[in-house]
Amino acid sequence: MARLIDRRMGVFLAGLFILTVALPMASSAAAGQLVPAYLVSLVGKYLCYALLAVALDLVWGFCGILSLGHGAFFALGGYAMGMYLMRQIGPRGVYGDPVLPDFMVFLNWQELPWFWLGFDRFWFAALMVMAAPGLLAFVFGWFAFRSRVSGVYLSIITQAMTYALMLAFFRNEMGFGGNNGLTDFKDILGLDLTAASTRTGLFVASAVALAGGLMIARWITASRLGRVLVAIRDAEERTRFLGYRVEHYKLFVFTVSAAMAGVAGALYVPQVGIINPGEFSPANSIEIVIWVALGGRGTLIGAALGAFLVTLAKTVLTGWLPELWLFALGGLFIMVTLWLPGGVLGAIETGLTRLRAFASMRTKEIET
Amino acid sequence: MKIVLCLPFRPYLAALLMALLVVLPAAGRTAGFEELVERLPHGSYADRAKVIDAISRTGDPRAAEVLNALLEGRLHARKDDGRIVILVDSAGGATAIDALSGENLGGVLAGSTEKIKTNNRLRGMLRTAIGALSLMSPDRETRLMAAQSVFASGDPANIEALDAALAAESDRQVATALAEARAVAILDTDAPVEEKRAAVAILRARGDAAAQAALAPHASDPAIGNEVREALSRIEQAQRVWAIAQNVWYGLSLGSVLMLAAIGLAITFGVMGVINMAHGELVMLGAYTTFAVQEAIRGAAPWLFDWSLLIAAPLAVLVAGSVGIAIERGIVRHLYGRPLETLLATWGVSLILQQAVRTIFGPNNREVGNPSWMSGAFEIGQMTVTWSRLWILIFALAVFFALLLVLRRSFFGLQMRAVTQNRPMAAEMGIDTGRIDALTFGLGAGIAGLAGVALSQIDNVSPNLGQSYIVDSFMVVVFGGAGNLWGAFAGAFGLGITNKLLEPWTGAVLGKILMLVFIILFIQKRPRGLFALRGRAAEA
Repeated sequence: MARLIDRRMGVFLAGLFILTVALPMASSAAAGQLVPAYLVSLVGKYLCYALLAVALDLVWGFCGILSLGHGAFFALGGYAMGMYLMRQIGPRGVYGDPVLPDFMVFLNWQELPWFWLGFDRFWFAALMVMAAPGLLAFVFGWFAFRSRVSGVYLSIITQAMTYALMLAFFRNEMGFGGNNGLTDFKDILGLDLTAASTRTGLFVASAVALAGGLMIARWITASRLGRVLVAIRDAEERTRFLGYRVEHYKLFVFTVSAAMAGVAGALYVPQVGIINPGEFSPANSIEIVIWVALGGRGTLIGAALGAFLVTLAKTVLTGWLPELWLFALGGLFIMVTLWLPGGVLGAIETGLTRLRAFASMRTKEIET
Repeated sequence: MKIVLCLPFRPYLAALLMALLVVLPAAGRTAGFEELVERLPHGSYADRAKVIDAISRTGDPRAAEVLNALLEGRLHARKDDGRIVILVDSAGGATAIDALSGENLGGVLAGSTEKIKTNNRLRGMLRTAIGALSLMSPDRETRLMAAQSVFASGDPANIEALDAALAAESDRQVATALAEARAVAILDTDAPVEEKRAAVAILRARGDAAAQAALAPHASDPAIGNEVREALSRIEQAQRVWAIAQNVWYGLSLGSVLMLAAIGLAITFGVMGVINMAHGELVMLGAYTTFAVQEAIRGAAPWLFDWSLLIAAPLAVLVAGSVGIAIERGIVRHLYGRPLETLLATWGVSLILQQAVRTIFGPNNREVGNPSWMSGAFEIGQMTVTWSRLWILIFALAVFFALLLVLRRSFFGLQMRAVTQNRPMAAEMGIDTGRIDALTFGLGAGIAGLAGVALSQIDNVSPNLGQSYIVDSFMVVVFGGAGNLWGAFAGAFGLGITNKLLEPWTGAVLGKILMLVFIILFIQKRPRGLFALRGRAAEA
């Protein structure tokens, strides 16, 4: 365990813990609502994004797979959760049908499609949250890695994958609510979604998931397997010639990452109250990449911080100067790739190393 | 001298000639017509039927109007002097117009005229007579319209009129329409079997949905049923072929658009291994350049409008090309050998360009007009071809072959191909690879600008224009294989046509999804596309 938590990770987890405890307390009525209540859900949303960024960092930062379709895994997890929440509404929908969600009644469907069965149970939905994106990633990766599709080609077909899914989910016939998506959720596990306590619970769950995701990613990358992943990233052909089955390693890490993204999506949906096909849009997926790139790829914590920073900037800028947001985001893409190849965390690291080297040189000078 | 002498007499001569030309034949022909019209209000319905028949036989140009007024109950006789008038609704009540002279007699009081009555039999007769009269109209379009409406009615009562019209007809298209109308009518009569068979053959030759509808009721006819059924199956077959041809045309059109959008991308990807995510935005810049040029022309020189595209094309190349070179010099150059980073940086550029255009021109669609030579459509058989799409196809092919020529025959092309195949070796041979990179990027961007000029004619010009083409043009490049123009060519037209052939089966969205899935699977088989570069260089 100690090997897994180095100083950086320790600081981050401690900070996360303080945030998790302090924010709900500060927003509670007992504390006189020091901060507005919506902040809990907002930060909870950021935590989900951070988990998504960690998932992408796992494949991109450590294995060199630049997925431009991670938003699809996130959205699939979200849809799995959304389906559970739709079934929870029960007869309280606008049309009052005990089983069918409103949009199906609206489309004149007589019975539940087979793929909606089982989603009235939480454990099944929770399983599907990871299984659905995991399975997609497994099948997609099995085809792609086996035939050695890599580099920009892989990036482009992952983008095509999420684009195709977006088009598919926009269709009413798919049975996922068409372009309105799934919404009007009432409660989760019998708890009212609008209640402050439920929101706090979801917030804490997101924080725990982020910490868990970080630990799993850390555990994978610190293991022998992680060493192989890095080797693949840096010299894929050489690793293959050393006798490693490169495609197996890639497939494993891609699938784990997709399941992690699915969990992030599942926690995101009840906090924002809606999931629609827009989540599949290729632009969303590319935005995830900039979170990781800004924070520092291959650092895990950096990815989480990057997600936090960029989405916070987005919330502030789109509210304050919406015209400026795309300029800022575009500029960020250019600046990070040109001047911050290691991200913010990498830059700090380099700065610290230089400082230390400088300091030790000074001490040597003094000694002599 | 002679002319001068004649001059004073000319006006008189001309007037005399005019009078002779106009009055003499008119007098001879219209005597009967006028008398017949005067006779209309009198006698029984049977008498009136005879008069109507006689009027339609006079062939007088006024006959159609009078009979039409009679059919619609607007033909009246004035009670005081018995003049025949046509009543026309006007603002302050009815206005009377003399049926014979066309003179406006002013408003009429209710009850001062008496309607010339008709019954069902007469009205049927009138309709036939009017149809027959327009079949003889001097105006070609009217005759064609009349023939088509007779075709649609299929009334056997028209046969006589059709025969008369056919005998007098000299225009081939109208004659065909008349023969077809006659064929439909013949099928409903007791005509001899031979004549009916000939009619079936005529309709079979026509071969469209209307002919199908006309033939269908006779499929179980004991005498000609076999022929009709065979003709029907032939027509169906022909229509299937035409439907496929139409879809192939749509596919060619889509393919030409995809090729224009993808070809620049293929060049930059092939030469530099760089994915330019801002390519779609360069297309958008081309479209907005067209918009700006048209705005300027509308304001300053509207007569130039038909030339607006030809003016916009070089400007679009200039605008998009220089933005492209700026991107290469400013950003891409520093990321050499890091294709994934280039992808992200150019995505950043695309966001900035999008927002810049949105800020300058506004978020809404901008109106880009079609020059007159690009609007409208024409028909080939049962296929509709719009001029704009045909011109875009021609334009795309022209761009493609011009580019091919540049790459194959020019020194710049030679250098470019050398860099594509083996960059270090090309550098050793003294090629300034940095310069080639910049020029290639500029060339690719310039072609994107041209694509924008073409797309402005068929798509909405909005800040999102580029986004809607970027995934598709990537698919073309990935499918066709980078670094090979023929790859982009085959990829674009292959995907375009397959997509449009799929659409009738699956619908537009599902068709597109299937295409994407197909490409994702195709990449498994040929990870480097249809026309992959081979050799050591391709692995780099």
